[in-house]
Amino acid sequence: MGLDIRWPIGLMFTLIGVLLTGYGVVNRAGSVSLDININLIWGVVLLVFGVLMLLGASRGTKNPPSA
Amino acid sequence: MQPIHLAWIDYAILLAYVAFVIGIGWTLARYMKTSSDFLTSARSIPTWVTGLAFISANLGALELVGMAASGAKYGISTAHFYWVGAIPAMIFLAVFMMPFYYGSKARSVPEYLKMRFDERVRALNSVAFAVMTIFASGISMNALAKLLNQLLGWNYNAALWICSGVVLLYVLKGGLTSAIYTEVLQFFMIVLGFAPVVYLGLKDVGGWHAMNQSLQTVASNPSALLLKPAGEIYTAHAWTSAWQPVLAGPESNPMGVDWFAMIFGLGFVLSFGYWCTNFLVVQRAMAAKNMTAARNTPLVAAVPKMFFPLLVILPGMIAAALAVNPGKNYRLPPPPIDSDKFTIAVQVLAKSPSQDFEVTYSEISKAIGIKMSKEKVEALVKSDAVLSLGSVIAQDEQAQAEAQTTRTALKQLKRGGTASSSDIAAAESKVADAKNSLSAAETKLKQTSSALNEQLRDAVMANDYDGVILSLVKRYCPPGLLGLALTALLASFMSGMAGNVTAFNTVFTYDLYQSVRRGFVDTSREVTIERVGKTEDAVITPKEPKDFHFLWMGRVVTVVGILLSICAAYFASMYNNAMDIIQLVFGFVNAPLFATFLLGMFWKRTTATGAFVGLFGGITGSAIFHALTITEGNIPGVKGGYMHVLKEFPSEMAQNFWLASFAFTACFVLTLVISLVTKRTKTDAELKGLVYSLTPKIVDHNIPIYQKPAVVGVVLLIVCVILNFIFW
Repeated sequence: MGLDIRWPIGLMFTLIGVLLTGYGVVNRAGSVSLDININLIWGVVLLVFGVLMLLGASRGTKNPPSA
Repeated sequence: MQPIHLAWIDYAILLAYVAFVIGIGWTLARYMKTSSDFLTSARSIPTWVTGLAFISANLGALELVGMAASGAKYGISTAHFYWVGAIPAMIFLAVFMMPFYYGSKARSVPEYLKMRFDERVRALNSVAFAVMTIFASGISMNALAKLLNQLLGWNYNAALWICSGVVLLYVLKGGLTSAIYTEVLQFFMIVLGFAPVVYLGLKDVGGWHAMNQSLQTVASNPSALLLKPAGEIYTAHAWTSAWQPVLAGPESNPMGVDWFAMIFGLGFVLSFGYWCTNFLVVQRAMAAKNMTAARNTPLVAAVPKMFFPLLVILPGMIAAALAVNPGKNYRLPPPPIDSDKFTIAVQVLAKSPSQDFEVTYSEISKAIGIKMSKEKVEALVKSDAVLSLGSVIAQDEQAQAEAQTTRTALKQLKRGGTASSSDIAAAESKVADAKNSLSAAETKLKQTSSALNEQLRDAVMANDYDGVILSLVKRYCPPGLLGLALTALLASFMSGMAGNVTAFNTVFTYDLYQSVRRGFVDTSREVTIERVGKTEDAVITPKEPKDFHFLWMGRVVTVVGILLSICAAYFASMYNNAMDIIQLVFGFVNAPLFATFLLGMFWKRTTATGAFVGLFGGITGSAIFHALTITEGNIPGVKGGYMHVLKEFPSEMAQNFWLASFAFTACFVLTLVISLVTKRTKTDAELKGLVYSLTPKIVDHNIPIYQKPAVVGVVLLIVCVILNFIFW
């Protein structure tokens, strides 16, 4: 099917990652759970995941290795 | 329950998800040219995508919520649903069954049954399946709307229609491909949305080791958490070992299941029946681009599936471990109290200062309808909130009366027509004052009652296990992460609906509509035609309509399917037992099905009549089995035993597993015997590609070893066995 699913996945998680990281930086006090700024940390994780997906999609290999 | 307040960041994440989902549907819309594109994705999707969609279709919210609930109730034994149930079945599907599904070019599971047997078996299976998908999607949407209503204070109807509308939008645009793509998105959403919650939970409870120790305390006295009736005690590892408690017998494990029911009932009948024959999941593999991809789909899916207990069962175990630690200030969530029950309870509380505590206690228990904790009710009755409750209500009533009188006075003044403007102004200001004091009194009353509601709920001696996962999300997630976790939950509910609707779609269009239409319309008819004064006999053979017709039909059925799901959701919300009944019927229909497939695929002698009667007998058999057995502590009724109680099982799960075993055996034996006494209607040549012994073996020399289903399957099986031993 014409659309590589990695594009929307990558875009969405990059966007959410940026949002979450930004929120974690701006609103430090409101992002803490059990003494960790979880929004900041998890935002970065999502961001990395999103960018990796985008990289995969732009390299344009038709199928990533399966199984 | 107090609705939680979402910050803008939470809404932003939620909206981003919805926008992407609809966007995917829109982008895919231009590829939807034929009915096959729309209903079967034209068999063109890469393996890793179909593989993730394969587990995602099953990982609905009910699974997510239910597994966490079972994790708290039964501990690590819940993982048997994965390590004994799902994984072996998925490997079997990939290695042995997929070649027939994919190779036969059938577009759906019922269509395979038609090719292998006949129209009757197909009709029985497709009608049952169509009804089930609608109810499954209805249940899912009802649960979602209820959740949004309780959690965020949204209107139930609005939540139901809006969420269904979103699903409709993207499924209508992009068909099965849309559903599969969003399932992949949802897969990542769930994993990435819940992983931090699990991590924080584990950190809070003090790590894996500390959790296990707390769970040993739980096992030594489960009634402290209301997990079991008082007096039931288990060995220390009942919550933390997967096999030892099961092997020790039904009395020694919280599930109340013996090893035979576990391995045969769950591991063989239920799991193989679900994973190998349920079109909802099999459809994902059938959309793959070639045979190898189709066979590898369940194998790709098995890899994450194996580790899902970490994500879905662990939260339940964490919750139980937290609850047993008084320092953590956590209790397993109590069930929400219906508003009408609550109103009665408040009336009882209001008069409680003037009456004997025993009377109050029994009246409160009666009003709520569940056993209440005596100490907590006593503390509540003595609390300031209750002591002042009478005056708060009196103030509110007085304010209401005041508002009423001032309004009437003002009306009379105005109607009289003789009052001076200053009189009217004075009366108006009186009305305004009364309004102000009324709203103050009402706020006070509201605050008091919501505090009372929380405390009353806390005093209820019961757990709402389905609330476990949410209670953890609420406990650990700051704004931002909360939005992510809620979006993950929402995503899984919506894709539950999308998955069912797309499966319904295909089965309805190809198996019911197209086949019935052929039966009525497309049969050749002999007619007498009058032509230029002469009459002659002729045979008319109508043609199948253009494919466009079925594409259009698929779209219409999507809309109809979603509307029917909404009706099913209302049905489920109206009757408390609706869910139990529906799941019961699912059990009856699903349990025997695998016997039909097993015999049909691996024994060429199986006849259509044998399969049909066997399937029918299996379904009836399981209904009768259910009517004759019951679980300890249940009263005869929906939960079984309504005809006569022949056998009592220690737990519902045991009853369920044994029912499945019985239904399977009944169907197997009936199909076998009737096949032997009836004549075969299909020749060996007709069964080529449909039956194991008549199909040439697939030669996969030309694919790399890590893509060979048999090789990958064996490796996965070994890993799965190792997992079982690690948590022995």
